[in-house]
Amino acid sequence: MTWRQRLSRWDVKSAPYLYIAPFFLLFALVGLFPLLYTGWVALNKWSLVKGNQGFIGLANFQYVLAQPRFWDGVTNTFSIFLLSSVPQIFLAIGIAAVLNANLRAKTFWRMGVLVPYVVAPVAVSLVFGKLFADESGVVNAILTNIGLDPIGWHSNRFWSHVAIATMVNFRWTGYNTLIFLAAMQAIPNDVIEASIVDGANRWQSFFSVTVPMLRPTIIFVVITSTIGGLQIFDEPRLFDNFSLGGPDREWMTVTMYLYELGWNVQKNLGRSAAVAWLLFLIIVIFALINYAITRRIASSDTRPNRKALVK
Amino acid sequence: MRSSLLRGAAVTAGLALLLVGCSGPAATPSASAPASPSASAPSEEKVTLTVATFNEFGYEDLFAEYTKAHPNVTITPKKAATSNEARENYFNKLAAGSGLSDIEAIEVDWLPDVMQTADKLYDLSGDDVKGRWLDWKEAAGTAPDGKLVAYGTDIGPEGVCYRADLFKKAGLPTDRAEVAKALGSTWDDYFALGKKFVAKSNGVAWFDSADAIMQGQINQLKNAFSSTEPEETLIPLGDNAPVKAQYDSILKAAVDDKLSAHLQQWQPDWVDAFQKGKFATMLCPGWMLGVIEGNAKGIEGWDIANTFPGGGGNWGGSYLTVPAQGAHTKEARDLAAWLTAPEQQIKAFKAKGTFPSQKQALTSPDLLSVTNKFFNNAPTGQILADRANAVPFNPFKGPQYFAVRQVIADAINRVDVTKKQNAADSWAQAIKEFNALG
Repeated sequence: MTWRQRLSRWDVKSAPYLYIAPFFLLFALVGLFPLLYTGWVALNKWSLVKGNQGFIGLANFQYVLAQPRFWDGVTNTFSIFLLSSVPQIFLAIGIAAVLNANLRAKTFWRMGVLVPYVVAPVAVSLVFGKLFADESGVVNAILTNIGLDPIGWHSNRFWSHVAIATMVNFRWTGYNTLIFLAAMQAIPNDVIEASIVDGANRWQSFFSVTVPMLRPTIIFVVITSTIGGLQIFDEPRLFDNFSLGGPDREWMTVTMYLYELGWNVQKNLGRSAAVAWLLFLIIVIFALINYAITRRIASSDTRPNRKALVK
Repeated sequence: MRSSLLRGAAVTAGLALLLVGCSGPAATPSASAPASPSASAPSEEKVTLTVATFNEFGYEDLFAEYTKAHPNVTITPKKAATSNEARENYFNKLAAGSGLSDIEAIEVDWLPDVMQTADKLYDLSGDDVKGRWLDWKEAAGTAPDGKLVAYGTDIGPEGVCYRADLFKKAGLPTDRAEVAKALGSTWDDYFALGKKFVAKSNGVAWFDSADAIMQGQINQLKNAFSSTEPEETLIPLGDNAPVKAQYDSILKAAVDDKLSAHLQQWQPDWVDAFQKGKFATMLCPGWMLGVIEGNAKGIEGWDIANTFPGGGGNWGGSYLTVPAQGAHTKEARDLAAWLTAPEQQIKAFKAKGTFPSQKQALTSPDLLSVTNKFFNNAPTGQILADRANAVPFNPFKGPQYFAVRQVIADAINRVDVTKKQNAADSWAQAIKEFNALG
């Protein structure tokens, strides 16, 4: 083999790696290193003001796991996540189906659903904060006008979650709608037409043809909103002006608890880092469950590989 | 943001001009010639100084004035939107050892944390600034080893603001001096008058928020949460009788005697309550006047009484520090000393309503003659100066102060605002949370 051939073979072999290298270098720098360093911080007594005060092993994790507040945060996070993600996916598929029909000014409507996503979360929170104010809020004014009792948006745990989920849905529904719309447009028309020729009405063809063909997209949206939803921070933090999640931490999420420990009250970065790692583990477990489900329902012709799951 | 105690000074100056028609540089020449604070001859070397503040310190015109007098100095102001933002920036960069401005403004509520790291700050002591501030203000800016590391800017002496029109409807006196007399001198007197008021007020509450009253009372305890100085030893909350007594009496007044409007300060409902006239009195540090004026736009009848239950009290205020990591610490110190001189601080008061903490300013006719149109032309300069002189001491606040204060605020709000617990249950939970702070 000549030197030139060797070079070209080396080129063919290594080029792909070189092309993707920038991403991995960047990830190592801004993803992996902070992740590991956070793990190191979590094993030390580490104050925001005084810096590292020595290795203490797993004491930070023990502390965090023993705090009722941490578990409140986990409960709240999941509750807000379910209240926002589940309705969001149904809504997004519905709106996408409408946008997929033959509308006038198609582009206008399609851009329209994305407008809330462009609005800064802080602005959204300020507006919704006014809507959901307990005494002076628009929502309670409407409720009392139609003869219902006003709702304690900032005092009842469940309703505060509903209010925050509303904010999240306002922002993200349009975004997911566009993803579903793109997927719907990729579905070949002749399949739909065939089902109609076979005597299915519009509803039947939507539920029996369109939705099953959206499955991979649905899985993608579920996973991304899981990762995003478990890290929810902006909206609950700005739900009131104190940013702690209420006097009984009614709407405090895990990320808010992390912030409170590290920057607000205790200035204890070690405990804060422990919370961050616990959250990371929770998300990993969730991602693995998702992965398992994905493999089961991805498509009919690949049987789940047992070995891969045992890993 | 955080709890009211921090919001307090955070809004210190931000929202509205305290003095109507007194914006911008005052045309009146200062009575005393501006003293040159610099102890040594000014150097001629060209320097650029960055000054980091938050909200409104009222320094914009002063910077221009200083650079005119010192052509070799260029000032780059940096302004954070909130005290919170400034605080995070401060501690992150202090720990990192670089990146702070030449002069950094800090807020009284995070002063204890700053004092823990006083070794990272430039020593600002000097004969030219000896005895410049109120004793308690200066003491708080002095590190345990005796060096002065923070120059006082403003303070928050408290009076009682009230709605004269609502007082009239309920058959109470309306004149400033008579109201001060009727309010009496103790918290019990204040609550007693409140009971008289709510009996005839048709649903209007006496005060806005139980936690705001707690703020007023806690600032009157010399050692609210910790027993010794300068080393902070926290008193277990379960054994803290004075705080428990305050907590019980305030919640009894707020809930059982129906004096509270059950609001949380700074929330939309609270802001809205000014327009709807849901409460008649408020504890009023100087900077709160601007807040009330902003929230109660178009409402007539606000006034301020020259009294404060339980003696005097201070809520909020700020300091300037010079981090030792800076390249021009000496020049920065000269500028900070000049900015916090009485003459300059009076100009800042006129610009943004930050009330001076300098002894000389408190007796200056320039300050004492200030009146406030919105508050029925009350002589706010004189009243706040009297209130500042009534502050008996500076309460000791250690690094843990803020954490404990937050636990108490949550406990009060669970009873007063969300009404989900009674006082006893909420206190039991507060003790649990306090124990988790360790």
